[in-house]
Parts: sequence; structure tokens; C-alpha cells
Amino acid sequence: MGSDTTPMATAPDPPAPPDPDSCDGVVELVTEYLEGALDVAVRARFEAHLAACDGCDIYLEQMRATIAAAGRVGIDDLAPGTLDGLIAAYRAARDA
Amino acid sequence: MPAPYDPAFQPTPDDVALVASLRRGDEQAFAAIVEQLNGPLLRLARLYVANGAAAEEVVQETWLGVLRGLDGFEARASFRTWVFRIATNRAMTRGRRERRDIPLSALLDPADDPGGPAVDPERFLAPGQEWAGHWAVPPERWAPDVEAHLLAKETRALIETYLEELAPAQRIVMTLRDVEGWDADEVCAALEITPGNQRVLLHRARSRVRAGLERHLAAAGPA
Repeated sequence: MGSDTTPMATAPDPPAPPDPDSCDGVVELVTEYLEGALDVAVRARFEAHLAACDGCDIYLEQMRATIAAAGRVGIDDLAPGTLDGLIAAYRAARDA
Repeated sequence: MPAPYDPAFQPTPDDVALVASLRRGDEQAFAAIVEQLNGPLLRLARLYVANGAAAEEVVQETWLGVLRGLDGFEARASFRTWVFRIATNRAMTRGRRERRDIPLSALLDPADDPGGPAVDPERFLAPGQEWAGHWAVPPERWAPDVEAHLLAKETRALIETYLEELAPAQRIVMTLRDVEGWDADEVCAALEITPGNQRVLLHRARSRVRAGLERHLAAAGPA
């Protein structure tokens, strides 16, 4: 950081893909892993790493717990009266 | 330019039944779909319009558009994808008046989205050290009673707060996937984004929400 001499005009090199053998790579691959989007070879290395690394195993568990907790959030964004108004509009549209 | 519909799309039996109910005048079915989609539609609208009142208007216009279009709906996409396309059109028209005439795919481009690592780099061993990139400060296992704590009402409110703090593109993707339980294909269709971009936004969102929960649980101490 701070020593970037690349001229502004050139596109930056794409960042190196996360390394499944390294913990800081695993935390970037965890969503692709859960989505089934890793290719077979990377997935095998990811799973081998997890089997040997408590920190990453816990991290994956925490991501799963986060997703499960999000699934229990009921977001109620329906202002009072909105639903009644829409049902009245629906009734009018269907009766027309 | 809206993304084309998937030519191979086949509606599910549930979707066919839903549309039939709505055409029959089933008010309960209509109320249920409004309750299910109103929140996600507001979040979609907020990508385009400046304030909550304008977003409410966009969503209201969307529902009226749904009522007008119901008999002509051709099931070339799921019902809720179709509703999202109507909302996107309404929001873009509205955004145009507010000078935010930007296609949805650009609003949801991860290149313009705040990225950053999933976990603070300080928590990993620095480059040059033996075991560089491995945990220096690993996460601590959340005990089963902590997991129960995650389901408690106050924690649900906390997750809502974290969702609100996300960049709008991350927020809508995580809301649809994890709060509303949509599958990846449907989120891509409704938001007109590629599977890869969907995953990037989802990853950033989930990583931030997890980090928020970890901070909260650490501050709260053992449950």
C-alpha cells in the first residue's frame, strides 16, 4: 500500500484468485463454496484445508449461522393502510 | 436495456396456481403476495430514487401495473421476476425525473460497490512470516446457546440494522437470497445480473453481517 507506481491510465491487473490453501483465501471463497460454484479441484483443496484448520471450520460454521439467522428476520415494510388500499384496487380491477 | 427473459424458462406449478388464483379474484392470494414482495420491492426502488416516500410511490405504481398486466401475463419468467421487471421500469422512469437514468445492471455492478476483504487483514499472519495468510486471531466457536441467542428477537433487529448499513446493491441481494429465501437463478433474473456478480454482492453482504454479529457477540461476552 502507498507504493503503487502503476499509471492511472492502465487498467489494474485483476487480483489474484483467493488461495484455498490459505485462511485469508478460504474466507473469500466461502460463498462460492456454499453456492456450489467452486470447480472440483479448488473445492477439494478448500475441503482439505477446512478438515485441518479449526479457525476456518469455525468461520464456515459462523457463515452458516449468519445465513440461518438472516432467514428468521421478518422485514415488515408494509405501511398501515397500504395493504387495504391495494386490496380495494385489486377488487375494483377484477370486478371491472 | 432490460435483460432478455430466459427462453428455456418453465413456470413452476406453484407459480401457475398463484397466477390462476390472482386472476380468479382471490384476495387472500393477492394480500399474501403483496406482503411477501412489498419489502423487497421497496429495497429495489431505493436503488433508484432518493427517498422513502418516492420509493413507496414506485411500489404503489408497481402494484397497479401488476393489476393492469395480470390478464396479459405470459409466464415467460416467474411471477415475482415479472413484478420486479415492472418495478424496475417504474423506478427507472422515476429515477429519470430525478436524473438517475441508470440501468439496473450498472447499479448492481460489483466494480462500483464497496468491496474490501471479508475479514480484517490484521487477523491473518502477515506476508513474509511463516504461515503467512493463516489465522493470527481465529474466530471463536459460537456456543449452541449463542446460536440460540442469534435467533432471539433483539438479534433479528440487529441483523436488520446490519442489512440497512450495507451498500444498496449488497442489501437487496442478501435480502432476496437469505431473508426472503429466493434461489440464485431467480435473483439473477429479477435483478438482471450475472451469476458471478450476484455471488460477489452476496459474499460481501454476508461477510459484513457475520463480522457485525461476531463483534456483537464478543462485546456481549459469553451468553
